[in-house]
Amino acid sequence: MRSRHRVWAYSDHVNTDVIFPGKYTYSVQHDSAALARHALEDLDPDFARAVQPGDVIVAGRNWGNGSSREQAVTCLLACGLYAVIAESFARIYFRNAINNGLLALTCPGVSALAQNGSELSLDLDAGELEMGGETLRFALLPPSVRHIVAAGGLIASLRAARGC
Amino acid sequence: MGATFSEKVLARNADRAQVQPGEVLDITPDVVLSHDNSAAIARLFRQLPQASVRFPERLAITLDHAVPPPTPQHAQNHAEIRRFVAEQGIPHFFEMGRGICHQVHCEEGVVGPGMILLGADSHSPHCGWLGAFGAGVGRSEIAALWATGELWLRVPETLRITLSGQLAPGVMSKDLALQLIARLGADGANYMAVEFDGPGVATLSPDMRAALANMMAEMGAKNAFIAPDEVTWRWLETQLRRNRACDWQERLSFFRERALTPDQDAPCARQLDVALDGIEAIVACPHRVDNAQPVSALAGTRVDMAFIGTCTNGRLEDLAAAAEVVRGRRLRARLLVIPASSQVLADALDAGHLADLIEAGASIGTPGCGPCMGVHAGVLAPGEVCISSANRNFRGRMGQRDAEIYLANPAVVAASAVAGEIVHPAHLLAEA
Repeated sequence: MRSRHRVWAYSDHVNTDVIFPGKYTYSVQHDSAALARHALEDLDPDFARAVQPGDVIVAGRNWGNGSSREQAVTCLLACGLYAVIAESFARIYFRNAINNGLLALTCPGVSALAQNGSELSLDLDAGELEMGGETLRFALLPPSVRHIVAAGGLIASLRAARGC
Repeated sequence: MGATFSEKVLARNADRAQVQPGEVLDITPDVVLSHDNSAAIARLFRQLPQASVRFPERLAITLDHAVPPPTPQHAQNHAEIRRFVAEQGIPHFFEMGRGICHQVHCEEGVVGPGMILLGADSHSPHCGWLGAFGAGVGRSEIAALWATGELWLRVPETLRITLSGQLAPGVMSKDLALQLIARLGADGANYMAVEFDGPGVATLSPDMRAALANMMAEMGAKNAFIAPDEVTWRWLETQLRRNRACDWQERLSFFRERALTPDQDAPCARQLDVALDGIEAIVACPHRVDNAQPVSALAGTRVDMAFIGTCTNGRLEDLAAAAEVVRGRRLRARLLVIPASSQVLADALDAGHLADLIEAGASIGTPGCGPCMGVHAGVLAPGEVCISSANRNFRGRMGQRDAEIYLANPAVVAASAVAGEIVHPAHLLAEA
């Protein structure tokens, strides 16, 4: 099934401090509106104002390097972001994304095609995306990992496994 | 075929004879680290069906990220953590002021050779300097670990860095780390284990080793490793005698039994040879840790604040190096010094380092993370320039988007505080 999304394009090595500033880590934790308000605050002030549910971020290498703070993932979920598609992810960020139900797709070559506001179509079953007339393939997540994302994250999937 | 340390320690934990990079294993860590984020983790934990922590003795909780609490909200956060610790009977709880989790765990023998630590903190590779396996994970994963005791981990590929020679006077392991990160990039070791070996390792003091393992997080490493040698065992014995008078011998024997070393012929994804003699004092410029320049290239850059502290460079040798530079001088920039632990604070007091720093005009903070992540205690104003012994210089890191952070070794930081601009300590000493 194909879905269509608007793109926010960013470069290489975007770190978790500019995704969600450290100064808020112990004061903004679960309040969805506050999380959304600070998303990408020190990277792109327009993002939190204009992001729409269903949008995706397309980024370069090493997206989410730095701190292990999970708000760098949950602030994007609070905005309704559908996925982050990057050349590569920092390892803790990738784990946090899966564990909170944010789709994180590694797709070499994607950042060269991306421009702010461009449209991208995604086929998760086929492992294909299309942007600017070009089609790229990305590796499908293993079934156990897709299961965690589909359940809404690690905590939700552990709850479901125990039938609660 | 030989195995790396990381392969060996993960295989043993998963009860496997041998494992290959890329395999996914269920791992039951010996230590589960969290800090001021424990209140948020406890809220996630309460959503799970388990009412009690599976292995309370494996948890290690330290209040360090915002200590003393700067706002009522932070105080409430700490209060929730204390309640959780009492409810669940968690023995390894370290109060505000004891120090930064990574440093305290080493001093207290919570973690040691051959053990596996998973932490809700990106600098969890730190304990690798003692021959342990430490890796950072997220809050949700720590909540799951509290409940079930286990978590999946991928066996990492290994980057082996063989050190030879010796660092020149005035050059510290921070410079080696910044040089490696500049050379390989901020994702140069993403997902990888970084294992150090070679004759150069023996020339590095415990404090220098700790800073080196700690900084590998900035290269994306999953974990870092230095094999325990005589230097390590001497340090551990001293620490255990000091902090675990009742069971130090037992703990030391436990560490000796658990210790693992990699095989010489273990295949590695990448091998690098580094001559320590060739390393010079360098500075990471805003806003990336891999954006390094020699100190000389930045001479004259204005400095408003200098910060010495953090899990990276807040130990005794770091404070000693800074004290030597500032002794008998006055500072042109403000200098904030935050020891990495109460033990470092006490030892620096005994050694006279604090007196040297205070007389020069430095202010001393409560052991903890200080302003490293911009929460409190020395955050910056717009337009200010800071030189810091910490680990990250990302935009906004110290609380202010429109400020600049340079990273350097503590001697360079101290010299720059004296001069009010970035300067090599040798330049100051030559003037005297």
